[in-house]
Amino acid sequence: MPTSVLWAVDLFGRVYTLSTAGQYWELCKDAQLEFKRVSAAMQCCWGIACDNQVYLYMCANDVPIRRREEAYENQRWNPMGGFCEKLLPSDRWQWSDVSGLQHRLLDGVALPSPHWEWESDWYVDENFGGEPTEKGGWTYAIDFPATYTRDKKWNSCVRRRKWIRYRRYKSRDTWAKIPSKDDPKELPDPFNDLSVGGWEITEEPVGRLSVWAVSLQGKVWYREDVSHSNPEGSWWSLVDTPGEVVQISCGPHDLLWATLWEGQALVREGINRNNPKGSFWSIVEPPGSENGIMHISVGVGVVWAVTKDRKVWFRRGVNSHNPCGTSWIEMVGEMVMVNVGLNDQVWGISCEDRAVYFRQGVTPSELSGKTWKAIVATRECDRSHSGSSSSLLSAGCFFGDEVRASSDSASHDTDVSSEVERRDPEQPLPKESLDNPQNPNESSALDPGASRTAECDVENACPVVGRGEPTQAPGPSGRPAELPWTNIDLKEPKKAPNHSAAGLPESTGLASLGLFTLGLEEPYGADDHLLWAWVSGGGCAVEAGSVLKWFTVQSGLSPSVQTLSLSITPAQTAAWRKQIFQQLTERTKRELENFRHYEQAVEQSVWVKTGALQWWCDWKPHKWVDVRVALEQFTGHDGARDSILFIYYVVHEEKKYLHVFLNEVTVLVPVLNEAKHSFALYTPERTRQRWPVRLAAATEQDMNDWLALLSLSCCESRRVQGRPSPQAIWSITCKGDIFVSEPSPDLEAHEHLLPCDQMFWRQMGGHLRVVEANSRGVVWGIGYDHTAWVYTGGYGGGCFQGLASSTSNIYTQSDVKSVYIYENQRWNPVTGYTSRGLPTDRYMWSDATGLQECTKAGTKPPSLQWTWVSDWYVDFSITGGTDQEGWQYASDFPASYHGYKTMKDFVRRRCWARKCKLVTSGPWLEVAPIALGDVSIIPESPEAEGHTHSIALWAVSDKGDVLCRLGVSELNPAGSSWLHVGTDQPFASVSIGACYQVWAVARDGSAFYRGSVSPSQPAGDCWYHIPPPPKQRLSQVSVGQTSVYALDENGNLWFRGGITPSYPQGSSWDHVSNNVRRVSVGPLDQVWVIANKVQGSHGLSRGTVCHRTGVQPREPKGQGWDYGIGGGWDHISVRANATKAVRSVSQEQEAHGPVCC
Amino acid sequence: MTDDKDVLRDVWFGRIPTCFTLYQDEITEREAEPYYLLLPRVSYLTLVTDKVKKHFQKVMRQEDISEIWFEYEGTPLKWHYPIGLLFDLLASSSALPWNITVHFKSFPEKDLLHCPSKDAIEAHFMSCVKEADALKHKSQVINEMQKKDHKQLWMGLQNDRFDQFWAINRKLMEYPAEENGFRYIPFRIYQTTTERPFIQKLFRPVAADGQPHTLGDLLKEVCPSAIAPEDGERRNQVMIHGIEPMLETPLQWLSEHLSYPDNFLHISIIPKQTE
Repeated sequence: MPTSVLWAVDLFGRVYTLSTAGQYWELCKDAQLEFKRVSAAMQCCWGIACDNQVYLYMCANDVPIRRREEAYENQRWNPMGGFCEKLLPSDRWQWSDVSGLQHRLLDGVALPSPHWEWESDWYVDENFGGEPTEKGGWTYAIDFPATYTRDKKWNSCVRRRKWIRYRRYKSRDTWAKIPSKDDPKELPDPFNDLSVGGWEITEEPVGRLSVWAVSLQGKVWYREDVSHSNPEGSWWSLVDTPGEVVQISCGPHDLLWATLWEGQALVREGINRNNPKGSFWSIVEPPGSENGIMHISVGVGVVWAVTKDRKVWFRRGVNSHNPCGTSWIEMVGEMVMVNVGLNDQVWGISCEDRAVYFRQGVTPSELSGKTWKAIVATRECDRSHSGSSSSLLSAGCFFGDEVRASSDSASHDTDVSSEVERRDPEQPLPKESLDNPQNPNESSALDPGASRTAECDVENACPVVGRGEPTQAPGPSGRPAELPWTNIDLKEPKKAPNHSAAGLPESTGLASLGLFTLGLEEPYGADDHLLWAWVSGGGCAVEAGSVLKWFTVQSGLSPSVQTLSLSITPAQTAAWRKQIFQQLTERTKRELENFRHYEQAVEQSVWVKTGALQWWCDWKPHKWVDVRVALEQFTGHDGARDSILFIYYVVHEEKKYLHVFLNEVTVLVPVLNEAKHSFALYTPERTRQRWPVRLAAATEQDMNDWLALLSLSCCESRRVQGRPSPQAIWSITCKGDIFVSEPSPDLEAHEHLLPCDQMFWRQMGGHLRVVEANSRGVVWGIGYDHTAWVYTGGYGGGCFQGLASSTSNIYTQSDVKSVYIYENQRWNPVTGYTSRGLPTDRYMWSDATGLQECTKAGTKPPSLQWTWVSDWYVDFSITGGTDQEGWQYASDFPASYHGYKTMKDFVRRRCWARKCKLVTSGPWLEVAPIALGDVSIIPESPEAEGHTHSIALWAVSDKGDVLCRLGVSELNPAGSSWLHVGTDQPFASVSIGACYQVWAVARDGSAFYRGSVSPSQPAGDCWYHIPPPPKQRLSQVSVGQTSVYALDENGNLWFRGGITPSYPQGSSWDHVSNNVRRVSVGPLDQVWVIANKVQGSHGLSRGTVCHRTGVQPREPKGQGWDYGIGGGWDHISVRANATKAVRSVSQEQEAHGPVCC
Repeated sequence: MTDDKDVLRDVWFGRIPTCFTLYQDEITEREAEPYYLLLPRVSYLTLVTDKVKKHFQKVMRQEDISEIWFEYEGTPLKWHYPIGLLFDLLASSSALPWNITVHFKSFPEKDLLHCPSKDAIEAHFMSCVKEADALKHKSQVINEMQKKDHKQLWMGLQNDRFDQFWAINRKLMEYPAEENGFRYIPFRIYQTTTERPFIQKLFRPVAADGQPHTLGDLLKEVCPSAIAPEDGERRNQVMIHGIEPMLETPLQWLSEHLSYPDNFLHISIIPKQTE
């Protein structure tokens, strides 16, 4: 489960975060400023500080935010001097932007704010549409503006070249002030409230956010142009409102609500992808006329409100089509404010104790949740205080909270701490119970002193809320300016009893907020229990049903979960555990060693499991028939198990059966679809026939039981158990299921090699799209949602529970993918485009091929494991482009579609997507936070000496950044941090060979070689551009010991010829094969692919594992293909298998010798 | 690294080498040879001694044979206690093999239950499993199981099939992710020094403050005499399955891994041998 954080501000303006995996509030790294508002998104947090200025906190990330500046140098040919700077008077500027209309001198391009820095100086872009120009970047044309070509022709009169320079956003993990350089007359007055959201409205540009702010005068402002590459946005623009707004809330999607001084709510209508600012406001009346709405917070499909009497309300019936909803429902609890975060989860700050409460039980089906539960997490700095005896010895403790400014509460506190010292250090200390407002009795029972302190604290805070209201709210004229919601702000502390006697004047205006906080910080700075002013869950992903550690006070013993080491958990190293293992071994020795000749009391017997399943019969017409099945297990003399699966069926009223020896089974594949819980069972023979035994069970549980049992039996008969070896071959099916095979030594032998249909595959828990391994046991995976995962060393998980699974190293894993359907329309002269097609046309709602009808209502998630997590939305990112409403046009079905309408287009379609999610478990831990598109780990031979340096691992992020992972080792397979490797365009694929040859493929289809990569220089120095094979765009590359293979978008496999140690880029692409979907080249230069279609494959069985035969040091391209397991395979990695056939070792090393580093 | 699964296997495959001798007063037609057998620790005496019975019946007259019962050093052995528990409690300090005396006469009615057939053992075993689940999950898990699952548990034990047994039993060992363990830990504490057959109380795996309870916490609470040192030195051994887990061992872990097939932790408190 990815970790994310909840942001909150305490009464003193200090900003804290609380991790979903943690149990302590951590003070924000940059604690210089006091804040009154924060509004968080996943990667950043916006806030308003006490100076009423807006600040942005971008969380640190290994991938820099970089933005390219471009300028064009234009020249014209003249007979005297050739190409020169002298242009015609009618020409463009000599230095211009791409259009030529804007003058753009290199020196004139300035950084937009002090938070940016230049990455390097200007340089000429040599890459022209995937091809190097090799001529100083010049491109030629007849005249401006025209089509430019790489080559100079006789009529080339003008030329231009592109200069590029990158700037980088540098203010990360710190509050960066948003510069206010706008036009002074339009400059907003000081800000009062702010809300961030809208990231789900559109995916273009990446990381786009809607940032809304409210000024003290009640005006609403929208920050233009905020996105990942422009985190600060560009300027504020005013959005007209029908009244004075006091507070605003922007949901992740298209909901935007605001509150008016008068107590009504404003709802923004018309927010969509093309118009993120929306078009007009609607007004929603408060639940009751006497108590207006004071505070509002919205999510994707929910609205929560707090009225002036502190009551909490839930708005019924809110969705994209009806953003106003239908009616208010009163909820339990009195809150100062509520905040809706990700997944529509809700947090609130209670009036009573100023604690942050989390709404429990919020699920997609029950958005209002069940109960409020207090978050009792303590501060990080309190940990040493409440920790064990050992942590009391840590130096920080001496500078901790014990020493206080003299005040009333100090005496209580010294009582407490002396009490603490007297206690058994192993006991949880009573101190912590202070933070649990739900158990006042318990804390007083433990320590009277403590409870007094607690009461004192509550008094300090509560009277403000309690007393402030009755005097102000029913004020004679009800003047808006004195409404009580101001006390959710920072002025509260100044009313604390210690100082209230001083009779500070009532706040004279909102602008005075927070003025007193500094002076008051001392007596409260070391307070035990945090009093909160504001909370924001916009960056906090709590899954429905996940377990949080926020609600119990932990003793200081348990370390923060984020530092969890992969292979060793404390429980496994504990002395008690060791002792049990040791004693059991001793017991067995003592009680059995000398008595093995004794007879066993219970004789082993044959065990039979029987059941009823359905079987996809082997003959036509193929259909599911009811069968009885029996698995007979017996134990041989040597203790080995063997099993036979019998399938009894009736044909023409005659009873028959077929049987399968489980030691011949090569793989068991779950085949889940909408209707059936079925699985396929392959033997070598059935692999060749492309016709597995398919069985279906009535329930998922029943299928899992059978699958687990059969799988266990297969593994037992093959004597395969525990975690896969470091040399294992990993593969993934198109359903995301993960399989692993132990390579036998003769798999890569030159003679008598093992046919690959005989390989035994067993399943690992989890769900992935990509898996890559290396022979030192480091395995990484990438999910469909691009999440990066690292293998933990466990086995089992998923449907393999109990005995088939390791007890440790199994974690929850989730994945998200989209289901696509198409809306098809035909044009007719009367009505234009309608959903009435010709009789011969495809379904008006169909799949991509048009052959299957797929309606919005009728389309189910891919299998029962998946659940919908979004509604249907138009997918604008489809290849070919779309118009504003997402339509693509073509002359007829099926044809190539384009994103604009022409006269000849008679049909159009648009793609609808809906996200679904699967939650499973497996031996995988997330490598946060960067999402990946591809990953590659250096292949190593086991005999390679000196495993001292870390393991080289390269990856491409989902945005196309090339990354190099540092600190990867056997003990720390997740590594420590990313090193960003700059590129001039987004990349798609990367692969590192055994000698640190890094090859990559850019999104424009060309290849790049990275020079000088070595253990001491892990990121290398520069890219060498390698043009792709003619008229092809490459999509993937894989590098083995010396061989380099690449795959293009049309399924052609290419071998890079002419590679020598002195010229590692090679000279040519040699065509090897077509019909390939994925290639993996291993450390022995062995070549494995997933073939698209093979002989005898059926409709659904695209994707077969194939092994290149005849690969020799002198013939690296091999001769033919050997077909292995198939039917829906998607990915394979053989890069961990360096297991050579014994006799050819020396020969092989010789051949590779000179190239090795 | 060793996996926790291996503990389950080690516990299941625990064997006690045993020498069965016929009681000297039994009337035989010819001399009865002792009979040697490896008894599964987790099983029940009357469930695994068919061979013993057959062996001694061969040398006896048909009319002298009545219900078989066993005795060790004068103590009749309760068949409804697991074998491992009987051994730990009564014989753990003596040399191996374990010498058990076989009787066919004068059944000690006040000490032992009759065991007319395997059904009686099955009934006893299943009632223990159900009681344990009542403590652990308010009987929810066992009640959701089908009859065949119950049967599979029993057949697994009877046929000494670890996989067969654990395929079902693992469900009894699960608990909701949001909780830190079972509702109550099913345990029984046995002492030879008291008249009381055993101690059984309600005890939660996790303390009110969220800390996991340990074996030591349990003993302190329900049987303080077992560990409280009267003069500084511990006088008792705390034994489960022939081993002495450290008092720091979390109780939940023990319950999941060192319970007998009847799902109870059978803990023996044995006076320390003074050497």
